[in-house]
Amino acid sequence: MGWKQTYLFLFLLICLTAQGCSSKNTSRSHSLTIAGSTSVQPFAEKIAEIFMEINRKVVLNVQGGGSTAGIKACREKAAQIGTSSRELRPEEHDLTKRIIAKDGIAVIVHPDNPIHNLTIEQLRGIFSGKFRSWSQFGWINKPIFFVNREEGSGTREAFEHLVMKKEEVSDEALVQDSNGSVREIIATNPQAIGYISFGIVNHQVKALSVDSIKPTPVSIKNGQYALSRPFIFVVSGKPEPLAQQFINFVLSKEGQQILEKEGLVGIL
Amino acid sequence: MNEKIIEKILTLLAFSAIGLLLLITIFIFKEGFPVIVKAGIKDFLFSAKWAPTKNHFGILSMIISSLAVTFGAIILGVPLALACAITLAEFCPRRLLVFLKPTIELLAGIPSVVYGFLGVILLVPLIREYLGGPGLSLLAASIILAIMILPTITSISIDALQAVPLLFKEGALAMGATHWQAIRLVLLPAARSGVVTAIILGMARAIGETMAVIMVAGNSLKIPVSLVDPVRTLTSTIALEMGYSAGDHRTALFAAGIVLFIFIMSLNILANLLMRKK
Repeated sequence: MGWKQTYLFLFLLICLTAQGCSSKNTSRSHSLTIAGSTSVQPFAEKIAEIFMEINRKVVLNVQGGGSTAGIKACREKAAQIGTSSRELRPEEHDLTKRIIAKDGIAVIVHPDNPIHNLTIEQLRGIFSGKFRSWSQFGWINKPIFFVNREEGSGTREAFEHLVMKKEEVSDEALVQDSNGSVREIIATNPQAIGYISFGIVNHQVKALSVDSIKPTPVSIKNGQYALSRPFIFVVSGKPEPLAQQFINFVLSKEGQQILEKEGLVGIL
Repeated sequence: MNEKIIEKILTLLAFSAIGLLLLITIFIFKEGFPVIVKAGIKDFLFSAKWAPTKNHFGILSMIISSLAVTFGAIILGVPLALACAITLAEFCPRRLLVFLKPTIELLAGIPSVVYGFLGVILLVPLIREYLGGPGLSLLAASIILAIMILPTITSISIDALQAVPLLFKEGALAMGATHWQAIRLVLLPAARSGVVTAIILGMARAIGETMAVIMVAGNSLKIPVSLVDPVRTLTSTIALEMGYSAGDHRTALFAAGIVLFIFIMSLNILANLLMRKK
C-alpha cells in the first residue's frame, strides 16, 4: 500500500505543479513576472530578492526559458518583463529594450597553460576542430580539448555569434551544461580550453586575452574586449508602474552595485 | 462493508499507479512523435547530425553511445557481479553472508550523483594520465555504470543460485565432482535464466542512468571510435538540453525519450519472459 500511496501522492504533486506552471497570468498589481534568458536569471533573481526585501508587499516571479522565449512571453503579456542575453532581432524591434548590464565571455584555460593571447580566428580554428594540437600555438605536442555549452544555451549562442560566425563548432567538443562545470573541467585538465561568463572566472582558471585585449570590467564596458554581450530587459509598450519601478531599481546605483558584485559589468 | 471500502480504495490506488504509467507513455509518444514524422524516421534514427535548433534531429551517435556505454558496463560488471554472487551463495559462511549481502545491496542506495562525483575526481584524471584522451570518456562511464549495476546483478543472481534445488548439487558432489565443478557444470546452468534476467535488468538500469553518466562521459556528439573518446548518451542529451529547449527542440528530446523508452521496455519485457520461463 505504501508504494501505491506514494504514486498517488506523486501524481497529485505533478498535477499541482502543472497547475502552478499553467497559471501564468497572476498579474495582480503587486506581482511581477520576469521571464527569459537563463544567463540573466541568476542575476535577476538576486536583485529581485533584494527588491522584495525593500518592498515587502511585492512578489517578483523570476523564470528562465531562454532569451527568445522571454521576449515572446513579454510580447504575449505572459511576463511583464522579458530578459535577453542577446541583442533584439530586427523582427523584435517593436519592443522597448533597456540594457541593464554587460557580460563578458571569457576564454579560459588551465593556469599551467603558457598561452596568454589568442585571436578570434585562432579561437574559431580551435573550436571548429582545425587546430588539434597545442604545438600549433608553440606549446606541448598534446591534443586540445575544447569544451562547448549545450545546445540552446545563451552563452553558446553568443559565443557562436561572436567567434564562430558562419562556422560550426566541431562535434568532437566536450559538452557541459553550466558555466560552473565548464570551469571545473578546465581547472582539472591542463589541455582544455573553454568559455564562461566573465563573472564566473576565478583563480582555478586563467582568462585569455582575445585579440590582445585582456577581459576586464573596463575593457568589457567600453567595448574593446570583443567577446561581450548585453543583458537586456524588454517591455512591451508602456511598462506597468511596478515593472517601471523594478527597472529603475536595477538601473539605479544600488542595483548596478548588486550586479557588479555578482560579477557583471555595470553600465553606469 | 468496511472491508469492501478498503478493498475498493486499494484497487483504485493500484489502478492509479498503472494509469500513471499509461499517462506517461501516452504523453511521451504524443509529445515526441511529431518531430519523428517531421524529420523522417530514417533521418531521425540513422543520421548522426544533432543540432535541433538548426533543424537537424539525428540521434544515431547517441544510440550508439548509449549501447556502447551499456555493453561496456555489462562486460566489466558481469564477471564481477557473478563472482560476488557465486562467492556469497556458495563459498561464504552463513554468518558472513548476512553481513556481506546487505553491504552489496547498499551500493544501490548511493545516489548516482555521488558515483559521478567520485568518477570525476578519481577516475577521470587516472584515465587522462595513463590512457590519454580527455579522461571524460566511454571507459569512465562504463566503469562507473559497472559498479552501479553490481548490486542489481549480484542480488538477483544469488537468489537464482539459491533457488536451485540442493539435490542437484548433492548429486554432482556424489558423482565425484569438486565444489567448483559442481558450480560450473550444474548450479550455473540450472540458474541460467535467473542470471540472464539479472544481467538484463542490469542493462536496463545502465541504459537509463543519467546523472553519473553526464558527469563522466564528456557528452561529445561525435560517434566514439575508441574507449577513451567522450560520448553522449540519450539520457544525457535529454537532461542536458531540456532546460533551454522550446518548440521542435523540446519535441526532439521527447522523441529521444521514445527511443529510450522502447529500449528499456524491451529489456524489461525480455527479463519478464525469461523469469516466467524459469
